[in-house]
Amino acid sequence: MSTAANVLQADLAISAEQCLRLYRKMMTIRLFEQQVNDLYTRALMPGLAHLYIGEEAVAVGVCEALRNDDYITSTHRGHGHCVAKGAKLDRMFAELLGKEAGYCKGKGGSMHIADPDTGNLGANAIVGGSAGIATGAGFSAKRLGKGQVAVCFFGEGALGQGVLYEVMNMAALWKLPVIYLCENNMYNEYTHYSETTAGDILTRAKGFGVHPESVDGQDVRAVYAMASKLVERARKGEGPSFLMANTYRYTGHHVGDVSRDYYRSKQEEQQWKTERDPIKLLGNWMTTERLADTATLDRIEAEVKAEVDQAVQFAIATPYPTVDKVEQDVYA
Amino acid sequence: MPEAAVAVRELTLGEAVREALAEELRRDPRVFVMGEDVAEAGTAFKVLTGLVQEFGPERVIDTPISEAGFTGIGVGAAMTGMRPVVDIMFGDFIGLIMDQMMNQAAKVHYMSGGKWKVPMTLRTTLGATRRSAAQHSQSLHAWFCHIPGLKVVLPSTPYDAKGLLKSAIRDDNPVIFYEDKMMYKLKGPVPDEDYTIPLGVADVKREGEDITIIATSSMVQVALGAAKMLEEYDISAEVVDPRTLWPLDEETLLESARKTSRVMVVDEGYERYGVTAELAAVIQEKAFFDLEGPVKRIGAMQVPIPFSPPLEDATVPTEQSVFEAARALCGK
Repeated sequence: MSTAANVLQADLAISAEQCLRLYRKMMTIRLFEQQVNDLYTRALMPGLAHLYIGEEAVAVGVCEALRNDDYITSTHRGHGHCVAKGAKLDRMFAELLGKEAGYCKGKGGSMHIADPDTGNLGANAIVGGSAGIATGAGFSAKRLGKGQVAVCFFGEGALGQGVLYEVMNMAALWKLPVIYLCENNMYNEYTHYSETTAGDILTRAKGFGVHPESVDGQDVRAVYAMASKLVERARKGEGPSFLMANTYRYTGHHVGDVSRDYYRSKQEEQQWKTERDPIKLLGNWMTTERLADTATLDRIEAEVKAEVDQAVQFAIATPYPTVDKVEQDVYA
Repeated sequence: MPEAAVAVRELTLGEAVREALAEELRRDPRVFVMGEDVAEAGTAFKVLTGLVQEFGPERVIDTPISEAGFTGIGVGAAMTGMRPVVDIMFGDFIGLIMDQMMNQAAKVHYMSGGKWKVPMTLRTTLGATRRSAAQHSQSLHAWFCHIPGLKVVLPSTPYDAKGLLKSAIRDDNPVIFYEDKMMYKLKGPVPDEDYTIPLGVADVKREGEDITIIATSSMVQVALGAAKMLEEYDISAEVVDPRTLWPLDEETLLESARKTSRVMVVDEGYERYGVTAELAAVIQEKAFFDLEGPVKRIGAMQVPIPFSPPLEDATVPTEQSVFEAARALCGK
């Protein structure tokens, strides 16, 4: 598998407490997304749902390296980024259902969750659409001197968008504290990235003088270690970097994408789920290293499940916005 | 225009723009200017000459030729504490930045439920007859007017340019500020104190009784010239300049229409689905029974702007064509 070559030895100085936090966060995203799938298939959720299941270690590992006031931009597959950056589950579910109590008062929905309180500049439903925004946030961070960094999450599909290269060029010229975080889940919607992506991906970043790295996106400790290194270099004023996290999208492009045989095999999916699952990998490592026992991990799962269930109940019960709100917030 | 106690100095429209920028750069450290050749070159039109000497290259920033990229950076910088003034040399280049403006800048506030703001000003140009051919001569301001979340400003005098640009920079929304590149040398009185003109307030540039000519930007001087010619035929023309196309001061336009009962709309953009169409519709919907006849529209001819001087001149409304149309409308 392509990720195997990119495994980076994690910094083993990571504490047991931190491991449990990472485990809980990944579990939260997993169960959140399973609940989204359930809501969607029960026709309780309008619109589209792009699940992050399988990719949890990327958002969690990266956001663990960030301060609350650091910025992120997210994508259409963004629930994981929002949760990892600190969003509350009840308000997220409320947004997904189009409710007034949602993060965006129901006006954004699944693909546009934004939250200034956690530095989340917003998820973007244009592929590569937030590259400029994240770079502009890096520009402000540098100019205002608060030591923040900006992480631009995007999928490998965004490598096809020209604006990404325009802003990487400027970020390198102006030494901006931006991390371009390419989540390579290998599929541009329904097309394998090898059919859309010429040459070597990291060489593209290198060509602009953007520091290139790659990491096993299923290994949350490795992601965290690498992200910490890149965040530190950004904070020190050493400029932008590009991190390719090799990962896998367990489910379809969106919840409705159920017949996937024409673009990938069930065997491939199964192999990732059994051998490369980020939650299992961390859980097994923790039990082997005696940082946690199975009972502790089971308890975390049960607690997260209860939290998710409660958040969903809140979202279902809370009201829709009244129609008089439709014209509010067009202008500041 | 306020009564001046002493003789007011005269500036060109280009100088008024530069003075507005200089005053705002001095007043607010968050303001910066960004674009192609804005620093030492002072833009292709030399409008910004001298700014980099006073404010330095950190605040008057030369960018690569990457319009989408630096416009996107402007959006992100605006969201995170800066007040960028982005320079797009020719209005024809807005095709390159449209996603950043219409999917990002315009929607950030609404999609985030009013949480993030984009206090960004985008300066660009319009206007033909500079012998620059089809890709450097268009007046495409209607494109932005179509998008909720954006404001669109079209000054027609040096006085208006200074006051409106300062308001645009202080506004918490994305504002597009259109300068007619043929009017940069137009002179007019401009007070040297700090003043602003609110966005959304039209200005009656000439009072009259028989016909209302609503004109924008480059067409205001044309309409004033035509009004003078109409005097010889005993036609008293009122010239009304909306100054901002959004927000639109409907009331001032309607008041004039009701007074004169004959209305023409002149704008250098294409008529088809354009500014003249919108303004004519507003008048006809809301002042129909006060009108003697249909609202007459005059805009650019529906062709790509040709290079050859006699051909190019034929595409743009002139004093003569406005005069003739007005005479016909008045039955004289």
